[in-house]
Amino acid sequence: MANEVCFRTMHLDEPWTLEAYKSVGGYKVWRDILKNKTPANDIIEQLKTSALRGRGGAGFPTGLKWSFMPRGMPGQKYVVCNSDEGEPGTFKDRDILRFNPHQLIEGMAIGGYVMTATVGYNYMRGEFYEPFARMEQALKEAYDEGLLGKNILDSGIDFDLYNHMGAGAYICGEETALIESLEGKKGQPRFKPPFPANYGVFGRPTNVNNTESYASVPVILQHGGQWFLDLGIPNNGGTKIFSVSGHIKQPGNYEVAMGMPFKDLLQQCGGMRGDKPLKAVIPGGSSSPVLPASVMMDITMDYDAIGKAGSMVGSGAVMVIEEGTCMVELAARTAHFYYEESCGQCTPCREGTGWMSRVLHRILDGEGKIEDLDNLQDIADNIMGRTICALGDAAAMPMGGFLKHYKHEFEHMIRTGRRWVDDQQNAA
Amino acid sequence: MSSEDPKRLTTMISAKAIEEIEHWRSKYPADRKRPPIIAALKVVQAENENWLSEEHMKAVADYLDVPHIAVFEVATFYTMFHLKPVGKNVISVCTNLSCMMCGSDKIVEHLQSRLGIKLGETTSDGQFSLKEVECMAACGGAPMLEASEIYHENLTPEKVDSILNDLGWEA
Ligand SMILES: Cc1cc2nc3c(=O)[nH]c(=O)nc-3n(C[C@H](O)[C@H](O)[C@H](O)COP(=O)(O)O)c2cc1C
Ligand code: FES
Repeated sequence: MANEVCFRTMHLDEPWTLEAYKSVGGYKVWRDILKNKTPANDIIEQLKTSALRGRGGAGFPTGLKWSFMPRGMPGQKYVVCNSDEGEPGTFKDRDILRFNPHQLIEGMAIGGYVMTATVGYNYMRGEFYEPFARMEQALKEAYDEGLLGKNILDSGIDFDLYNHMGAGAYICGEETALIESLEGKKGQPRFKPPFPANYGVFGRPTNVNNTESYASVPVILQHGGQWFLDLGIPNNGGTKIFSVSGHIKQPGNYEVAMGMPFKDLLQQCGGMRGDKPLKAVIPGGSSSPVLPASVMMDITMDYDAIGKAGSMVGSGAVMVIEEGTCMVELAARTAHFYYEESCGQCTPCREGTGWMSRVLHRILDGEGKIEDLDNLQDIADNIMGRTICALGDAAAMPMGGFLKHYKHEFEHMIRTGRRWVDDQQNAA
Repeated sequence: MSSEDPKRLTTMISAKAIEEIEHWRSKYPADRKRPPIIAALKVVQAENENWLSEEHMKAVADYLDVPHIAVFEVATFYTMFHLKPVGKNVISVCTNLSCMMCGSDKIVEHLQSRLGIKLGETTSDGQFSLKEVECMAACGGAPMLEASEIYHENLTPEKVDSILNDLGWEA
């Protein structure tokens, strides 16, 4: 059971074309809605039943989010797709955009209808040249087919969709920074509340969802919320795309049932790349705390199980790490990333991310002190929950994971100036 | 506000580039002036050997009828804009976690030795710049780099050589 939802065209030649999409039942749901004026509440109920949770990282229930939009309010409203995909380890939205762009268009059009938003923007990160070209082509096909625009297929319903592009900034994946960026400004997150549902793009009610979230909607509505829920496990409905990378034999995107045991996923990816055994996994992008192999081999891939183990599904970016990998180096690279990408608005994040990065690099340079470890945890704790947006948390959480499970590697390096993994190998 | 001629930009870039900026402008509500800034800067940068001079930025601001500072803020915030001359070819190489685990350090080393420059530098003939970037959402093909708007994945030193050859690097 794979590739049933967002990747349902993947087995076809040129899966990105309108023809390919129609051959798997694409735009049927949209045409039905236009014809029958399906009540918006029915659609929201299906989404609630499906237990679809936001695939961008936070996992907020999509049906509930859609219900928050003030549908009855007059004036312009917007649906926005977050295709900024910048969380290290994540590469699924790029493949949805490249290989099944029409399904995203259909999902966004349905969203527009449900939330009475007649305009949509698909915000893609600036480096997505190929995905952008595919999306532009798909939009043109959809317009030519009469599926978008004004008074679509004589339904009286309008929906216009535009592709927008960023220019390099991880922070623009945060939804309010994305909105600022879409308005042509620096990507600095806004205070919430007000939430985008009340005050979003150009000050108008706006719904922001991830690419995979929108693209799941047409299939959910085609087969019913219960069908989708049953693909996964209770409270963790459906399939999820896991972007598997690192020391793995067949890296790539795997759209599989939620609740799949990690060891089965590992097997599906061909197992480990070399002859070294699994050491650890970063299960949900660089913001999620690392988990040791012993924990991973016993858990299933879903929000509840990974959450209970002390990490998160996040964006579904599974980074596989083999024995012999130095955790101090991974921690330092992670810290450097958040330091580079902090927008600088909030002091704890701006100062804390730089501080953590400097301390870790000092340790790598053989100049660490044992107090540094408590200090690192302290800095992380002082960022956590004290910033406008969750980039601060995203920088703090992985640090806790590295220190919790691999403190001995840090201590070893501070004491001896050498990598723990090297000394282990030499001793063996 | 500026006293400069809003049409100045049209003398600095091609008619096709202006058309492209107008296409982007048409995507946003007519009363909003800022949304096309990012796209306009990209168009201008592409026509100006990959970088933006202060004059270019001011001309974009005047053309879109926004304060100069609005354009400076955007140009300095986003990593894809270059505010100093860079190589005609900018090679962006990812060193984030997945690429790092798959040997991006060796790729960086190879690029540096082939081009004779370090990360962040430009070759003396102005042809190539080497830029370290964060995750490009291609981790399944790690290690990777981007050059001339094309992603190159599953890099090996040999593959890097052939990319450099195709881009015209001979040394
Ligand atoms: C620093 C930061 C970066 C983020 N990057 C992304 C991203 O690249 N793509 C994305 O969909 N969501 C990202 N998010 C989450 C968004 O803020 C938002 O929760 C999401 O787009 C909502 O869509 P969903 O409910 O469908 O997941 C990021 C959040 C933070 C704090
Ligand atoms: S880590 Fe290099 S592309 Fe994601």
